[in-house]
Amino acid sequence: MLESFRGGKVARWFKGRSMWLLHFCTGCGAIELPPSMTSRYDLERFGIIPMASPRQADVLLITGYLSVKTLKRVITTYEQMLDPKYVIGFGSCTINGGMYWDSYATINKLDYYLPVDVYISGCMPAPDAIFAAFLELREKIEKGEANGYKLYKIHYERYKANQDKVFKNRGIIEGED
Amino acid sequence: MLFLYNIIIVPIIAILIGLLFLGIARKVTARIHRRYGPPVIQPYFDTLKLLTKEDNITHGVMYMLGPAIGIAGSLLTLFFIPIGKYALFSMHGDLILVLYLGVIGSLGMALGAGDSGNPNAAIGVSRGLSLMLSYEFPLVLAIVGVILKYNTTSISAIIQKQVTSGWWAIFVIPLSALVFDIALQGILGEKPFDIPIAPHEINSGPMVEYGGKYLGMLQIFASLHLFTELALFVDLFLGGGANIITFSLKMLVVFLLAIFINAIMPRFRMDQAFKFYWKWPAILGLISLIFVFI
Repeated sequence: MLESFRGGKVARWFKGRSMWLLHFCTGCGAIELPPSMTSRYDLERFGIIPMASPRQADVLLITGYLSVKTLKRVITTYEQMLDPKYVIGFGSCTINGGMYWDSYATINKLDYYLPVDVYISGCMPAPDAIFAAFLELREKIEKGEANGYKLYKIHYERYKANQDKVFKNRGIIEGED
Repeated sequence: MLFLYNIIIVPIIAILIGLLFLGIARKVTARIHRRYGPPVIQPYFDTLKLLTKEDNITHGVMYMLGPAIGIAGSLLTLFFIPIGKYALFSMHGDLILVLYLGVIGSLGMALGAGDSGNPNAAIGVSRGLSLMLSYEFPLVLAIVGVILKYNTTSISAIIQKQVTSGWWAIFVIPLSALVFDIALQGILGEKPFDIPIAPHEINSGPMVEYGGKYLGMLQIFASLHLFTELALFVDLFLGGGANIITFSLKMLVVFLLAIFINAIMPRFRMDQAFKFYWKWPAILGLISLIFVFI
């Protein structure tokens, strides 16, 4: 009964109304978060507040470009979060690499390494776009479509292979690991 | 039958009112920051969400028992404090008992956090216990003032004497009330005394490894803790309440004062907080004791 309640409609409604961000910032997208949290836009009116620890958070924001070195930390952080957890890809860097598309040190498509639930396009996305993304994520959670964390478990072999590949390449370039 | 009914109904009322107060705190703080703020019932959403999350980690038995001990300690304190007309266990000397029982909840949380093995949690626990050592001294001075003034150690008798004399204790011994209110700021963990749970320094301190239903239980513990401490202040200094509504309104006034200070203050360092507590409230408390003796 508890299991059916956990995934049920009522529980999903509460989850959509209380999304806690992880206070983890990569790249330049993080600079758009303070304006959206402070007095003019105020993310907190949707129940969205930043939390300090991955255990307490529901949403992982990948704010901008992701260097290979940070990717390792992001994956560790993502795996520390408790289910159900959601990932938002922030800006064009997480979609196709953006202006760093030919860099040796950054990854281009975030979706190869972590399951992404919602993307925000643009460079940089304005607070309005961030709000649109959060409301879309809320809608997806309420409908039960934000299943990225389940896909990560099902296709773990594929994600792991992609991650290992990029870490191995980095080892050749920088002579580490 | 009525007794059992009270044992079940009073904690539920306390949790609901405590969570509502946490929501009011967030809304009021947001308005002071000139933001719109979350809905007042946001803590209910948060707690229910946390309780329905799955848990895929554990850090040992004490980690799981810690929040339960916290809730149990707070409930035990709650039963000895008269709330409106409800006084479940009322006897001679229950004020001193409440002073001891009030510590159990925080100690349970400290035990659980210590078992999680995170260095930030260990720092948070040590800071929390030091803060407890700081505010307990002025707190005891304030309560001794009340005991000497009314010549009894029963909370119900203190309320009765305030009601019959027509003067609340806050007008008779204002300095003791002020000292208790300053100590309350530390007990509730509001700024400038939110040193144990400093999200910007030590990742929310003792709660750093807690998530999911354990964090939900800690939310419930926080609401109960808030309710008991505010109820103790209202009982001792504001003459209790005729029913649960006037009682809650008095508690809300005391809590709003703490929230206003919380919204505009920065944070003390641990040594500053300790020096502050053992200096100004302690001096005021001693002066109050002299007045009570005269």
